[in-house]
Amino acid sequence: MTMVTNPTTPVRAARWVRLCAFEQLSVERGRAALVGDTQIALFLLADGTVRAVSNYDPYSGAHVLSRGIVGTAAFAGGAVIPTITSPLHKQSWDLRTGTVVETHGHDERHITSFAVAVDDGQVFVKWEEA
Amino acid sequence: MTETSPPHRVVVVGASMVAHRFVESLLARADTATTVTVIGEEPHRPYDRVALTSFLSGATPDDLTLDRSVFDDHRVDLLAGDPVIRIDRGAATVLTASRATVPYDTLVLATGSSAARPAVEGADLPGCFVYRTIDDLSSLREYVAERERQLGRPLTGKVIGGGLLGLEAVGALQELGVDGAVVHSGTHLMSAQLDRAGGDVLGRLIERRDITVRTSTRTTRIDADRTGRVAGLEFHDGSREPTDVVVFTVGVRPNDALAREAQLACESDGGVRIDDTCRTSDERILAIGEVAAFDGRCVGLVAPGYAMAEVAADRLFGGSATFPGYDDSAKLKLSGVDVASFGDALATAPDALDVVYTDPVGGVYKKLVLSDDASTLLGGIFVGDAASYGALRPLVGRPLGADPAAYLLPSGGMEAPAGELPDEAIVCSCSSVTAGRIRSAVHEDGCADAGEVKACTKAGATCGSCFAMVKKITAQELTALGKSVSSALCEHFDLSRRQLYDAIVVSRETTFSGILERFGRGRGCDVCKPTIASILHGLVGEHVLDGESAALQDTNDHVMANMQKDGSYSVVPRMPGGEVTPDGLVVIGEVARDFGLYTKLTGGQRIDMFGARLEQLPDIWRRLVEAGFESGQAYGKSLRTVKSCVGSTWCRYGVLDAVGMAVRLELRYRGLRSPHKLKLGVSGCARECAEARSKDAGVIATENGWNLYVGGNGGFTPRHAQLLAEGLDDDALIRTIDRYFMYYIRTADRLQRTAPWLADLDGGLDGLREVIIDDSLGIAGDLDDAMARHVDAYEDEWAATLKDPDKLTRFHSFVNAPTTPDPSLAYVAERGQVRPASDEERQSGSVMIAGTTLEVRQ
Repeated sequence: MTMVTNPTTPVRAARWVRLCAFEQLSVERGRAALVGDTQIALFLLADGTVRAVSNYDPYSGAHVLSRGIVGTAAFAGGAVIPTITSPLHKQSWDLRTGTVVETHGHDERHITSFAVAVDDGQVFVKWEEA
Repeated sequence: MTETSPPHRVVVVGASMVAHRFVESLLARADTATTVTVIGEEPHRPYDRVALTSFLSGATPDDLTLDRSVFDDHRVDLLAGDPVIRIDRGAATVLTASRATVPYDTLVLATGSSAARPAVEGADLPGCFVYRTIDDLSSLREYVAERERQLGRPLTGKVIGGGLLGLEAVGALQELGVDGAVVHSGTHLMSAQLDRAGGDVLGRLIERRDITVRTSTRTTRIDADRTGRVAGLEFHDGSREPTDVVVFTVGVRPNDALAREAQLACESDGGVRIDDTCRTSDERILAIGEVAAFDGRCVGLVAPGYAMAEVAADRLFGGSATFPGYDDSAKLKLSGVDVASFGDALATAPDALDVVYTDPVGGVYKKLVLSDDASTLLGGIFVGDAASYGALRPLVGRPLGADPAAYLLPSGGMEAPAGELPDEAIVCSCSSVTAGRIRSAVHEDGCADAGEVKACTKAGATCGSCFAMVKKITAQELTALGKSVSSALCEHFDLSRRQLYDAIVVSRETTFSGILERFGRGRGCDVCKPTIASILHGLVGEHVLDGESAALQDTNDHVMANMQKDGSYSVVPRMPGGEVTPDGLVVIGEVARDFGLYTKLTGGQRIDMFGARLEQLPDIWRRLVEAGFESGQAYGKSLRTVKSCVGSTWCRYGVLDAVGMAVRLELRYRGLRSPHKLKLGVSGCARECAEARSKDAGVIATENGWNLYVGGNGGFTPRHAQLLAEGLDDDALIRTIDRYFMYYIRTADRLQRTAPWLADLDGGLDGLREVIIDDSLGIAGDLDDAMARHVDAYEDEWAATLKDPDKLTRFHSFVNAPTTPDPSLAYVAERGQVRPASDEERQSGSVMIAGTTLEVRQ
């Protein structure tokens, strides 16, 4: 899905967009942010990292992921990854990559993740112009 | 190992999934006196070819790589990207493309097969691809991206061949943004696995996903444009269609060239002939996987290849395993559609009978093939709903033991009887694991749950379709051993909810972080966080949005409203006992009108207002709180409603004041957090108009006082409440309900309602009576105190929230646009109110209302 490029703009311009102040985020409780018509879900993790993924839940079609529960999932190899679980039907995704980690029996639907930078107390995401 | 005996040198040609399994199995059996050299053509470690398509949705070659530890073993060497070009049987060596000569004591051929291209003109043009390796897929992806740029528009693509792989490939094209179609020469899709009717249902399901299916069509020529790239197809009937990319999935050919040159016996249709020990005509050479022809044919599925790998490894160390023949069973998800076929799916046995269930509208086709006396299961086909595949496939060749139609009914049908599965029945066909092996994993290998059984036996580790069955057998065996089946809350806590409750009480931990550090691991999840929030609320009694507990709540508890399907919320003010003043009704009507909310009465005698946006909730509640309403907690795992009839105050049959008691009970238990929602009902006489016996606590008035019924449930598993105590006065009634609720809250499992809790309780109803009425455990006073604390600590969550500017920031729709409505919300009018627009209505642009009306302040 990420491979689909818009044929009229072969090169995408990336820029950093400021979303909010770091102190507006609370630990493990998401906030939604708006860039144009795109909704981004922002999360401050317990270790101080900020993660950003799409706010769109591809299973329900609603923009609700910022209102889900943040947690972790452990894999057989011992890796522990941060996750977000949809408040609607409880599918969850890897907050770092947007890869779905719990589909509850549905097909795999991944979500977009965004690079995040925190600079001088401000939170930015890397935004690629469509 | 002694100094004098040189190690046994095993050389594997082909670094495939089957080679990987062979080496893994060999290492598990071999002592140190064995060395393995795996020589592969592709420049990768063995990878999961079954999951190849995920490479296009973002997986990296690394993600697909199979368990690396196998090749990290010091006994194993991997020569990747250097294909074997000759076998010298006389000298017992193989020669690689880089001219390395590798000697062997045993040679294993696992060269697999390669994708065939049809012999039509133009099949080699740029833009024609096969679908077999990571390299095939990355060239396809690059070509699509480049061609899209050149042409400046989305591409169209054709997949030639409508088998398993073809459907996989067309899904992949769609993933790449290419408008895909399948062209198939047979009469229906997947003709090797499905009958005509099943294939037709599959075709319709695929077409619903915007993929065109063209059957009974042979391609006769592929045309190029001026630049020499693929531009169109010509079919046998002379018709033509434009296309920008072509993927061939017309079958595979065993890679048997090395074997033929070395004069090993091969089948004329292709494939190296093996016996049931996987030996070829040279006893030092074995063949496994898709290159091996057993009983005259090769099969392109991974499961039989794995079975051969196990046999070959076993034989090398003197074992006596034999390959039982091909199991062609397969369960797949193709372009989003579940398809499975197993056993004699096409009913080739003489006089075989079919039992068919088909739902053309829902897109479901299910068929069981039975012996001529309709008793023995021979095979089956599932399209659109393959839920019963895992349970039925192991029963092939065995009596079904029930009316076959029962297994085919919608929603999974009847469960197959796992307990009666004989030891030799194959449960996991991917790894050939029998029911007996799973049982011995529990009894002999000491596996304590299904996850350990999976790790130990590989049952359920490949496609996962049988894992529910593995769990079931494991649980049965554990129970038989007298071991408890794990009641762990989730992966972060090994304790059950009840154990965790006790642990929190005893440890006096009052924060999630503290509890997690002491009793759990990781950072929690959607299961343990709300559970602990609920326990802490009862024990510590803080506001749901206070401190750390805010991050533990489900969104419903977090914003104190009920999230609906489109992400908007519904609002339910409390109306104790279902009683409301005319002025109150007017306020609710005005609020609903001003905010454009859809209004409906609930089953619990309340008014529900739908379509409120996150940022509107404080404004809505400010008006409701001003008018004297408080939160109805319709969102919480807590007391919902106390339903009542009108009772003796108005009703000519009424015996006692049902509304008065309902109001009293509702005000007492409002806000009480519990393992699941709690509902009460109060009826003023035996006519039971409040339907109290369908509630967790049902109160019915009699001439002698109140009768109390407990453990009733509506919902999915309805149950009538049972009589706990009779002829109670008001205070005795309330004391009994206090203790019953508190005992339930302390001891129930997560999301266990009172009916199943009571059924599981030691001694059942009598046991409950002993604890809360006779005080057999001496805890009745504690239960009373706990409820008294709850009643004292109650405050309306909404009123408290509105006073706290900090908490109100959580209702901002966007952190950088606090009052901007969610731009995706869309509504249409229906019967004079709004409802969320359907997908079709959004696409057709007929949506009338973008969001409910703007807020109106008064």
